Amino acid sequence: MTANQPLRVLIVDDEAPARNRVRDLLSDCAFKMPLEIAGEAENGKCALAMLPECEADVVLLDIRMPEMDGLEVAQHLRKLDEPPVVIFTTAYDAYALKAFEVHAVDYLLKPIRLGRLFEALSHVRTVTPLRLDVLRELKREARTHLSVNERGRVHLIPVADIAFLKAELKYVMVRTSEREFLIEESLAKLEQEFLGHFVRVHRNCLVAKKSIEGFERATGDDGEGHWVVVMKNIAAKLAVSRRQQHIVREFGKLL
Amino acid sequence: MSINQNANAGALPNFRNLGILLRILVIVSGICLAAALLNAAEPRAWVEELIDLSALVQPILLASLLVLAAANPWLHRLRYPYAIAALIAIELAVTSVVYLFGLGAFRGVGALGRYWVFTLLVTGVLVGYFDLRGRALSPALSEARLQALQARIRPHFLFNSINAVLSLIREDPRRAEHVLEDLSDLFRVLMADNRQLGPIAGEIGLARRYLSIEQLRLGARLQVEWDITDAPSDALIPPLVLQPLLENAIYHGIEPRSDPGVVSIRIHRDRDQVHILLRNPYRQEGERHGGNRMALANIRERLALHFDAEASIKTTATADSYQVHIVIPYLKAGAQ
Repeated sequence: MTANQPLRVLIVDDEAPARNRVRDLLSDCAFKMPLEIAGEAENGKCALAMLPECEADVVLLDIRMPEMDGLEVAQHLRKLDEPPVVIFTTAYDAYALKAFEVHAVDYLLKPIRLGRLFEALSHVRTVTPLRLDVLRELKREARTHLSVNERGRVHLIPVADIAFLKAELKYVMVRTSEREFLIEESLAKLEQEFLGHFVRVHRNCLVAKKSIEGFERATGDDGEGHWVVVMKNIAAKLAVSRRQQHIVREFGKLL
Repeated sequence: MSINQNANAGALPNFRNLGILLRILVIVSGICLAAALLNAAEPRAWVEELIDLSALVQPILLASLLVLAAANPWLHRLRYPYAIAALIAIELAVTSVVYLFGLGAFRGVGALGRYWVFTLLVTGVLVGYFDLRGRALSPALSEARLQALQARIRPHFLFNSINAVLSLIREDPRRAEHVLEDLSDLFRVLMADNRQLGPIAGEIGLARRYLSIEQLRLGARLQVEWDITDAPSDALIPPLVLQPLLENAIYHGIEPRSDPGVVSIRIHRDRDQVHILLRNPYRQEGERHGGNRMALANIRERLALHFDAEASIKTTATADSYQVHIVIPYLKAGAQ
């Protein structure tokens, strides 16, 4: 991203007229600064899929979109090797706007004014990227996906597909019925975010409630008996710690 | 074309409304019961006392209700003070007629004057009650106007629509003109005095304008199915019942999905009732419902005020859909 190269902008909005409007405004801005439209996406997933190829410097990101909102998209795109600068656009969202003011996040109110857009784009090259902890704070609800960087792309893992999460040194291992991923997040924070979805069976392990088939007794290396979780569709058996034994009783009723 | 449906204080109740008639019957019977209890010489005699009293009061009451139901349209054309005077005259006349033709049962009991006093007292209590009730419910109507501007038309909708119009101005100025016309029609109704009933055809027209604005924003994601071939276009309905419900349907049912979703509207008449059924797709997980409840509560209050017990509003949520079912009595425009 050097000063002489045109700024590449990706437009993300679920409403076609809103995308048209931004495109018109960008073509007006192009008279005054070197600018290129890198692409248009109608939802967050498309945007994440397009990003590595379209090499956007800036993403104009709508907040209220179906399936995955803009605040979550902004978190996932941080996994890219060279994440673009995010400028949020929104028509009205009292909560988000208040939070944006607090954290000095750049945003554009729809209908967007040409002057405001030009100003925001002019500052892009000097702006510091949004901090992840700020983004987490802005987003009230739990994410719909976790994400990892795979060969330069953002790979999304739907939370509904996750069987269990296991802390391993500085990573958390995410296990779905098909495969496993390593993410750099804290197990305690994940437990808080997806409260009600996972249950803690061990200091280092959260299991998705709906993936639990049942419990059985097993003998450990030390020869002592303990409970293990039997998972649906996965051969792995996860140890239940002595402290968490009460969940065997609680879940026993459900099975 | 619209009529005053006693929607505010300072008007007589609609004597052809079942709910109003029930209220009158219950109140008068209550007064009789109290009078019998007071009058009874010993505790066990009050049943006999009540039977005696009812034998006198019920004929007057039923005759009055018949006459009032017949005179209802005429009474409602009078200004309130004259209407009260006419009401009192009708009541005294009915009492006198029943007294004179009531044969022997009445003659032994007392002079006509006593019945006049009793009738006047009961009429006074009822007029006072309905006036207070009208006053208690009418803030719902002025509130409806305010809420329409503040919350029911969500700021979200307003700004997104303006944004959509802006996007059209360069490429399709004519369409932009149409959308602005629809938008101004919508706001004209929202800002109007919405206390009177209006024909359902107007409500349907407004809903169509609203939906065409949303269609512009949402494109193929919004599919609308109208089933109104059996709708009685002259039926009267409180204004702004359909539009806020459709706005909810789109906000909660269509906007959170990326695949197309169907909002269906069915309006039909079944004998003397008009049924309105709205259905939209809906996923229960994690959606807020605040605005929805506010619009529903306001519509419920206004229906109660206009139609009392003859109207109902029912919501049903299933795993993947949400339905609102409104029933109102079939009143024809121009009939009253």
